[in-house]
Amino acid sequence: MTLAEQEKRFQEKIDNEIKIEPNDWMPDAYRQTLIRQISQHAHSEVVGMLPEGNWITRAPNLRRKAVLLAKVQDEAGHGLYLYSATETLGADREQTIDDLHSGKAKYSSIFNYPALTWADIGAIGWLVDGAAIMNQVALCRTSYGPYARAMVKICKEESFHQRQGYESLMVLCNGTPQQKAMAQDALNRFWWPALMMFGPNDAESTHSEQSINWKIKRFTNDELRQSFVDATVPQAEILGLTIPDPNLKWNEERGHYDFSEINWDEFWQVVKGNGPCNKERIEARVKAKQNGLWVREAANAYAKKRAMKKSA
Amino acid sequence: MSNTEWPLWEVFIRSKQGLNHKHVGSLRAPDATLALENARDVYTRRSEGISIWVVESSNIHATDIDEVAEFFEPSDTKIYRHPTFYEVPEGVKHM
Repeated sequence: MTLAEQEKRFQEKIDNEIKIEPNDWMPDAYRQTLIRQISQHAHSEVVGMLPEGNWITRAPNLRRKAVLLAKVQDEAGHGLYLYSATETLGADREQTIDDLHSGKAKYSSIFNYPALTWADIGAIGWLVDGAAIMNQVALCRTSYGPYARAMVKICKEESFHQRQGYESLMVLCNGTPQQKAMAQDALNRFWWPALMMFGPNDAESTHSEQSINWKIKRFTNDELRQSFVDATVPQAEILGLTIPDPNLKWNEERGHYDFSEINWDEFWQVVKGNGPCNKERIEARVKAKQNGLWVREAANAYAKKRAMKKSA
Repeated sequence: MSNTEWPLWEVFIRSKQGLNHKHVGSLRAPDATLALENARDVYTRRSEGISIWVVESSNIHATDIDEVAEFFEPSDTKIYRHPTFYEVPEGVKHM
């Protein structure tokens, strides 16, 4: 079969909603796009543990601590499902991780913002996980089988992440004026970075069109961002918090909320590595890999020794 | 593969008595014992399983994707293996 025929058959499968599985023929660019996107997604799960992990020892009570631990453990699991999915495409797991450490691979910019107060942990659950869910629910129908299946599992697990954050903010909003002010401050700092999580405007997004044709992506960045704003504004109202955007207004005609333009300079600065915590996050990951080296080696040595005993 | 990288394992989980083990994904672990423990932590954090199998991925043999048509041809061409192939007069019951 010629390359053109293979490509045609591949696109027919995509158009007929037939999932692509690991050993199927796929265009090299499809494979590379998926490896880039899925590993980036995996890195985001893993780096995402850092701002929250930092608060586990300072959670205000045992219930919140147990919840935060469970959430952070989930993020580790999500990273692992996704690294597995990249391996089904022939990617080398260690190489993808080294690409994160060298700065070659990206992760969600949101994790380059610090979690300064306890309210930030609530805001991260509500807004950051909320935005992630908006994106991931759409990805449950992505064309690559292993990615879609990982997304289904991740979405099932993540709905608690958002709810626990919202509940935690609800407590602060019903608390003292200082507590409510802390919740408002967290919203002020996380609102715009959360909207940036959906990526550049469609017109600026380099990978969008091809990814939509291949059904890797089902909705554009701007569509998902709009859905997130529409879903989140009423939730803020119930909390009694104010979204930090003077132009936020319901547009009767569109049936959507209008909102201000995002500060794209800030977005690109953070993507390029100049956010408040970029350096710290990567350093933490590199250190974790280095410090874990002896554990991985010891486990290998132990496995080898036991295998030898067994065969002896 | 670097010499510190652990082998890849495929994970199969029985969600409850009466159902088959089903493939859920893969993970890396140095040996079977740790592969089972990691599988528990990665794939069954919410009571998804009562039994786990792990198999080193290198031990899995699969049908060749390029020969799928020939390989499954014998089964696709024998429509007389299905009950709907046969005509039975109206009025015949319990068949």
